[in-house]
Amino acid sequence: MADRQLSYREAINEALRLEMRRDPTVILMGEDVTGASQSADPAHLDAWGGVLGVTKGLVHEFGRERVRDTPITESAFVGAGVGAAATGLRPVVELMFIGFMGVCLDQITNQAAKMRYMFGGKARIPLVIRTMIGAGFRAAAQHSDSMYSTFVHFPGLKVVAPATPADAKGLLAASIRDDDPVIFCEHKLLYDVKGPVPEGEWVVPLGRADVKRAGKDVTVVAMSRMVSTALEAADQLAKDGLAAEVIDLRTLSPLDEDAVLASIRKTGRLVVVDEDNPRCSVAADIATLAATRALEYLNAPVQLVTAPHTPVPFSPALEDFYVPTPQRVVAAVHAAMK
Amino acid sequence: MDIGKDKLLWMYERMRLIREFEERLHADFAAGKIPGFVHLYAGEEAVAVGVCATLRDEDFITSTHRGHGHCIAKGVDVKAMMAEIYGRAGGACKGKGGSMHIADVDKGMLGANGIVGGGPPLACGAGLTAKVKGTDQVTVCFFGDGASNQGTTAEGMNLAGIWKLPVVFVCENNRYAETTSPDYSVSGRDIAARARGFGMPSVAVDGQDVLAMYEATREAVARARRGDGPSFIEAQTYRYYGHFEGDTIQYRTKAEEEFYRSRDCLERFRKTVLGQGLAREAELDAIDRRAKDAIEEAVRFAEQSPLPAPAQTLTDVYVSFPESQLWPFQTVTV
Repeated sequence: MADRQLSYREAINEALRLEMRRDPTVILMGEDVTGASQSADPAHLDAWGGVLGVTKGLVHEFGRERVRDTPITESAFVGAGVGAAATGLRPVVELMFIGFMGVCLDQITNQAAKMRYMFGGKARIPLVIRTMIGAGFRAAAQHSDSMYSTFVHFPGLKVVAPATPADAKGLLAASIRDDDPVIFCEHKLLYDVKGPVPEGEWVVPLGRADVKRAGKDVTVVAMSRMVSTALEAADQLAKDGLAAEVIDLRTLSPLDEDAVLASIRKTGRLVVVDEDNPRCSVAADIATLAATRALEYLNAPVQLVTAPHTPVPFSPALEDFYVPTPQRVVAAVHAAMK
Repeated sequence: MDIGKDKLLWMYERMRLIREFEERLHADFAAGKIPGFVHLYAGEEAVAVGVCATLRDEDFITSTHRGHGHCIAKGVDVKAMMAEIYGRAGGACKGKGGSMHIADVDKGMLGANGIVGGGPPLACGAGLTAKVKGTDQVTVCFFGDGASNQGTTAEGMNLAGIWKLPVVFVCENNRYAETTSPDYSVSGRDIAARARGFGMPSVAVDGQDVLAMYEATREAVARARRGDGPSFIEAQTYRYYGHFEGDTIQYRTKAEEEFYRSRDCLERFRKTVLGQGLAREAELDAIDRRAKDAIEEAVRFAEQSPLPAPAQTLTDVYVSFPESQLWPFQTVTV
C-alpha cells in the first residue's frame, strides 16, 4: 500500500478529478458543489466546494459547465442526472444528505432503477449519486440517516459504502466507470479520517468485500464507519484472547456473499455491525445469508449490532446511545462465543 | 397607522427578543457550547414578527431550517427553545429535535424543517383541517427563496389554489440559499410573479419594514379567514450571518452586508415610532433590557436543564408500538 496519506474527503476529491480528466462526459452537479454561481467576482468562485468541502477546487480545473451548481430542487437535478446518463453523459450527482432522497425518490427508484429493465435492456444509466450518510454529527433526524438499506432493496441500483480513504477513491472511480446507477454513500464522520491512498489510477472493483483484519474465532461484518468501530472492538477482543475477523462489505449491492460465507465457514460465529435502522437492513440481510447458506457452520446464534428502530435523535446524550459502539460490539462477540 | 400601541410595542419586543436570542447563539456556538447545525434568523425579524402579529394563538405556521424567529414570533417559550438547542431534557422537544426541528404544536408552530420545501404541503394540510372542521383558523407557510424552486412549493400553491385553502404563503427572500442567490437559481427572477400563475394575489414587500409586513399580511390573512383562499407575499429581506454557524461567508461583499445592516428592522422601527411620537425612547429601552434579561434567563435554564436519559432515545417514535420491537434483533444490552 502507498505511503501517501490522504483524508477520505481528499480521496473522493481526487477520484472525481481523475475521472473528470479521463472522461469528458463525466460531469458533477449538486447544491453548492462550487457555490455562489450568481457571482462573477473571482473572490466568490468555489465559495463552498460542497457543504463540507468535498468538491473544493474542481471548478478551477473543469469550469462551471462541468461542475454545476443546482437550485435546491432534488427531483429536478437528480432526475436530470438520470436523463443525462441515459443519453450519453456520465453524471455524478450530489444528493447532499441521504435523507433528502425523500424529495426525489421517484427519479431514483422509478426512473433510474427501472429504465433498463422496462426498456428490455436497451438503456444504460451510468449515473453516480454521491450522498452523505451517518449519525454522530449532531445534525438531527433529517440529516443523519444511514438509510442505504432502502436503496439495496431496489433492483436496478448498486450501493457502495466505503470505510477508508483508499476504498473511497477506488470505489468512486469504479462507480463512475460502471454502466449502472450507483448510490455512493459517504459517511460524514469519516471525511477527516486519513489513510494511505495510492497515487494515480486506482480502481477498486464493485461487489468485493475486503478482510480488514484476519482472525479465526469470530466473523464481524461491517460497512462504512462501522468498520472502524468493529476494528476497535477487535483490538479489545484481542486482549481477551479472541481473534475477530473484520469483513468490510464495501459494496452493499451487489453483495460479496462468498467472502462472508467463507469467513463464517472458518470461524463458525457471526456478528454484524450496521449503523442503519435494523428492520429490513443490510444486517438482517447478512443474517439471512448465514441462515440460508451457512447454518450448519454456525456454532451460536448470529448477533446484530445496529441502531434502534427510531429516527436519529439530536441531543448528544441520545445520539451517542443510538450509534453502535465498540463496547456493544465486544459484548455481542462475547454473546456469540457462548 | 391603525395599529394600537400595545401591538406596536409587542412587535418591537418580539423583534428584539429574536435578535438577542440569535446574537447569543452566535456567541455561544463560537464558544463551542452548541452542538450541530444552527441557522440564525438575525436580520429577518421584521418578517416573522410582522406576519405573526396578524395571527391568533390558534392559527398555524410552518417553518424552515431557519426557524427560531418564527417560533419566537408565534409565542414559543424562549427558555424551552434554548434548552432544545442545547440538547437538554427541558427543551421544547425534549432534546430530540434540536435547532432544526424546533416546534411547539400547542402554539400552532408546526416545526422548523430540515427539508427545503418541506413546509408548503404541510401548510395545505393545516389549511384543509380548518376548512373541513369549519373553523376560521389560518395557516402561514414560511419558506425561503431556495424553496421557491422546489416542486413541493409549486404543488402546494396549486393545491391551496384549487381548494381555496386558508393559507398565506410567505417567501422570505433573504438573497441566499446557502451560497446561491436567486439571481442564479430563480428562472424569471420574480418570485412573487410565480404565485400569480396559481391565481392568487401576490405582493413583494420590504421585509425590513415590520409595519409593511404587518399591513400586507393583515390583508392576506383576512382574505383567508373569509374563505377566499390563499395569498402570497414575497418578503425581501437579508440574513446577517452565514447559512449556518461556521459558514465563512465567501460569497457576498462587505458593501452588500453594510447596505442591508443600514436598513436594520429594529433601528428603522425605533426611528419610525419615535419620529411619529407613537412610543417613548425609555419604553423601547426598557424592552431592550427585558429582552436581554429574558435571554440570560433562557441560557441559565438551558444550562441547568439535565441531559436527557439515553433510554429516552426509544420514546416518542410511535403513539403505540410493541416496546420490544423498538430495538429488534438485540439480545445483548450494554
